[in-house]
Amino acid sequence: MALDFSIIPGIIPALLVGTRMTIGLAVIAVAIGLVIGSFAGIARVGANRAARVITSVYVDFIRGTPLLVQLFLVYFGLPTLIGRPVPPFIAAIAAMGINSGAYIAEIVRAGIQSVDRGQMEAARSLGLTYSQSMRYIIFPQALRRIIPPLGNEFIAMLKDSSLVSVIALEELLRKGQVVITRTFRPFEVYMVVALIYLAMTLAISRLVSWSERRLRVVD
Amino acid sequence: MIRTVGLEKSFGSNHVLRGIDVAIKPHEVVVVIGPSGSGKSTFLRCLNLLEKPTAGQVFFRGQCVTDPHVNVNEVRREMGMVFQRFNLFPHMSVIDNITLGPMKVRGVSPEDARQTARDLLKKVGIAEKEKDYPSQLSGGQQQRVAIARALAMKPMAMLFDEATSALDPEMIGEVLDVIRRLAEEGMTMVVVTHEMGFAREVGDRVLFMDEGVIVEQGTPEHVLGRPQNPRTRAFLSKVL
Repeated sequence: MALDFSIIPGIIPALLVGTRMTIGLAVIAVAIGLVIGSFAGIARVGANRAARVITSVYVDFIRGTPLLVQLFLVYFGLPTLIGRPVPPFIAAIAAMGINSGAYIAEIVRAGIQSVDRGQMEAARSLGLTYSQSMRYIIFPQALRRIIPPLGNEFIAMLKDSSLVSVIALEELLRKGQVVITRTFRPFEVYMVVALIYLAMTLAISRLVSWSERRLRVVD
Repeated sequence: MIRTVGLEKSFGSNHVLRGIDVAIKPHEVVVVIGPSGSGKSTFLRCLNLLEKPTAGQVFFRGQCVTDPHVNVNEVRREMGMVFQRFNLFPHMSVIDNITLGPMKVRGVSPEDARQTARDLLKKVGIAEKEKDYPSQLSGGQQQRVAIARALAMKPMAMLFDEATSALDPEMIGEVLDVIRRLAEEGMTMVVVTHEMGFAREVGDRVLFMDEGVIVEQGTPEHVLGRPQNPRTRAFLSKVL
């Protein structure tokens, strides 16, 4: 059976709709993850023991279990507890956001810890409080080291969002599957789907390495 | 002005300070010398509570600052500290390094803080560098900025933690000059140093520390010139 590329123009519009959903999922998930991860990452280096323990259980659980299982917990498991169904889109961004939060917490923690200890000591010796020192001295320096790995986290989310195709959310991969039921050309369609993912991840990794270079010059 | 009573500090099983009793008078310049690992830096860092003493007390202007109810930030703003590795804030310009503390801690207006900062930069001899970033400065210039940063808080005492140990030899002089001038102006100072000539010159009193205790203390002529203790003599014969 020969390859038939003539079907490609006809499937592109449908796949672009899926692509938009994929990007939307990744952006919302990383945004949620950024909020959760910032608090959790700060708690991981903070003085509050309870907060440290809670966040470390959270991070270990999320990083030690598959995203697919977490998605099933939210989509299939949670409704049995709350007594009503969770819409696929809500389930997807909740699972992905919580997942992303754990990875971002580690990125934030590593960023904060990468700042030399002497910086905190110098700030405190001026009489600044712990939170003032964090705000004016530690965070601005940590942020530079956090941005590149955040880009990588975004790439990971973009690819992992394909998992939510199993709960019938029409993102890029799911759209591809739908198109195949119409065209019966799985190889061509999956190839195009793969290339769209590749185009997005390449573009972002370019952006990441560009920002890495820029931020290094400032240092 | 600063007094310690039975000051002890342990890191795990490592007993770094084994009971230090010192009283430092206003305008006095106390120089602390001793072999590395003797506890000099830890002693200094206990004074402004960067290290929490394991036992004993630190008094500052009559107040027991090791009391858990004392606000350490209010104590630290009165004690400027200069570090071996400068620890300037690399993401801020020289002037912002100096104005941050006065503005955020003392609530000084930006204009006044900048004016004070410029005066201090003039005093340490680098008025033209205010817009530079720390990475653009030499080690000696960075340390002088660090001194200006500490002075901008208008502290009642200054602590110097081996302020010239990380400098290239040709830059040590410019930093010592600044510290010397502070001593002449009557600033109360505790100076941890390896520069024996400098200790002799600016110190009102020299403390020789070894293995977590003060082995010998007195005037520079006494401790450096006619040491009585064998450990002091052994140390001095190695460094002089």
